[in-house]
Amino acid sequence: MRRYAYAIPYWLWIGLFVVAPIILIIYYSFFDIEGHFSLVNYQTFFTPVYLRMTVNSFWYAFLITACSLLIAYPTAYLLTKTKHKQLWLLLIILPTWVNLLLKAYAFLGLFGTYGAVNALFETIGIGTKQLLFTDFSFVFVSVYIFIPFMILPIFNALEKLNPSLIDASRDLGASEWTTFRRVIFPLTLDGVKAGCQAVFIPSLSLFMLTRLIAGNRVITLGTAVEQHFLVTQNWGMGATIAVFLMIAMAGIMALTGNRKWGVRQ
Amino acid sequence: MKVSRLYLAFVFFVLYMPIFYLIYYSFNSGGTMHHFESFTLDWYKDVFADTRLLIIVLHTMIIALLSSSLATIIGVLGAIAIYYAKHRWKQTLLTLNNVLIVSPDVMIGASFLILFTIAGIRLGFTSVLLSHIAFSIPIVVLMILPKLQEMSPTLIDAARDLGANEWNVLTKVILPYITPGIFAGFFMALTYSLDDFAVTFFVTGNGFSTLSVEIYSRARQGISLSVNALSTLLFLFTLVLVVVYYVITQRASVKGGQE
Repeated sequence: MRRYAYAIPYWLWIGLFVVAPIILIIYYSFFDIEGHFSLVNYQTFFTPVYLRMTVNSFWYAFLITACSLLIAYPTAYLLTKTKHKQLWLLLIILPTWVNLLLKAYAFLGLFGTYGAVNALFETIGIGTKQLLFTDFSFVFVSVYIFIPFMILPIFNALEKLNPSLIDASRDLGASEWTTFRRVIFPLTLDGVKAGCQAVFIPSLSLFMLTRLIAGNRVITLGTAVEQHFLVTQNWGMGATIAVFLMIAMAGIMALTGNRKWGVRQ
Repeated sequence: MKVSRLYLAFVFFVLYMPIFYLIYYSFNSGGTMHHFESFTLDWYKDVFADTRLLIIVLHTMIIALLSSSLATIIGVLGAIAIYYAKHRWKQTLLTLNNVLIVSPDVMIGASFLILFTIAGIRLGFTSVLLSHIAFSIPIVVLMILPKLQEMSPTLIDAARDLGANEWNVLTKVILPYITPGIFAGFFMALTYSLDDFAVTFFVTGNGFSTLSVEIYSRARQGISLSVNALSTLLFLFTLVLVVVYYVITQRASVKGGQE
C-alpha cells in the first residue's frame, strides 16, 4: 500500500469530488423542501409535468445529436480527403475555444428581428421570421456548439481506416454507397458512438441556451435542475432530477460502450 | 468534387460567421448588432475603463492558471497510480476517473454546491477554484495515460537495476518521458477552466464572478457592444494560446522523435 501513498491527493479527489457528490445527490433526493425525509420528490417526478419535460429533453437531445451527426459525418469524411487536413481540423476545433456564451450571444444578434439572417430572408423574398426564442433556434445553436465534438472522433476513426479495404470493396464490384454502408460506416462506428456520447449527454444540461436563445420556451431537465437549485431553492427536487440525469447518463454509457475519449484532443 | 468543396466551405462559413459577426459589430458606433453606422473604438475604451470587468478578467486568469497547475500535479500522480494499479483495479479506477468527464454539467454543479454547503466552504473564490481543479483532473489523467502506456517498462527496470531509487525513477525516467502528455493535459485543463460556465454558475455565490458568468448576466440584459469588444479581445487571446500550444507540442514531439 505504501507504493500508492504518493497518489494521496488523487485518492482524496476521487473520494471527495467523484464518490461523495454522487452519494450526496442521491441522499438529498429523499428530502422534501422542509427538510423531512420523504419520497415526495419521486412522486412529483412521475407526474405528467415532469414526465413530459423528460420526454422533451430527450427528444431535443436526440434531435441535436442526429443533426450533428448528419452534418458532421460528411464533413469529417471530406476533411480526410483534403490537403493539409491537420490544418483544416485545427480550424474546426478553434471555435470550441471561443467561450460558449459568446457564441450564444452572437446568435442573439444574428437571429434578431433585424439581424443578418432576417436581412438575408428579406432580400431573397421569404420575409422576416421570428427566429429567436423558438425551438428551431435552440436546436440550431446547440448543433453549432457541439458539431466540432462530433467531427473530431469521426475524423479520427476515418483516419485509422485502412484505405486498402475501400479499394478491395470497390475492386470486388461494390458501388460507392454499398462500400460506405458495408465497409466505411461499420468500421468508423466507434467514432460515431464517441461523438454521439460527447453530444447527447451535455445537450441535456444546456440551461443557459434555453434561457438565452429559447427564451424559456424550451425547458429541459438541465434547466429544471438549475431552477430548483438556484431559484426556488428546492434542492431535494433538483437532486431527484439529477438522479434521473445520472441514470440516463449511465444508460447512454452502457449503450455506446466504454472507450477511450478522443474528444477535444 | 465541386459539391464537396461547396459543402466544406459552407460548414466553415457557418462555423466562423457568428464569431466574425461579433467582431465586426464591435466597431459599430450605432450600438446595435444589425445596423453598422460608422467605425469606432469606443467599445474597446469602455472595456478598458471598466474596472469591475478587468478585475473579473484577472480573477478568471488566476483561477484558470492555479486550477490547471494544481490539476496537472494531481493528475500526474493519478495517472501514475492508475498505470501501476493491478489489472482488475485499473478498470474501476478509470471508470471513477471518467465520471466527471461524462456527467452533465448541471449535475456536477449541483452536487458540488451541496458538497461546499455541507463542508461549510463559503461560495466564492475557494469554491470556484476547488471545482475547477476537480473537473480538470480527469482530463489531465486521460492525456497522460497513453504516454505512460507507450513507455516501455524495461526503461524502469533498467533504471532500477542501475541503482535508481523510486524518486530517481520518477524524476529521471517517467516524468521526462511523459512531458508532452503533461503539457497537453495542462492546456486542456486551462481551456476547460476558461470555458466553463455551468459548474461555475452553480458554485460562484454573490460576490465572485468569472468571465463566463459575467457574459451570461450581461447577455441576459440584451445586446451591449462592449460584450462584442470583449469577445474580440478574447478571440485574439485564444488565437495566441493556440499558437503557443502548437509550438510547444510541436517542439516536444520533435524532441521526442530525436531522442
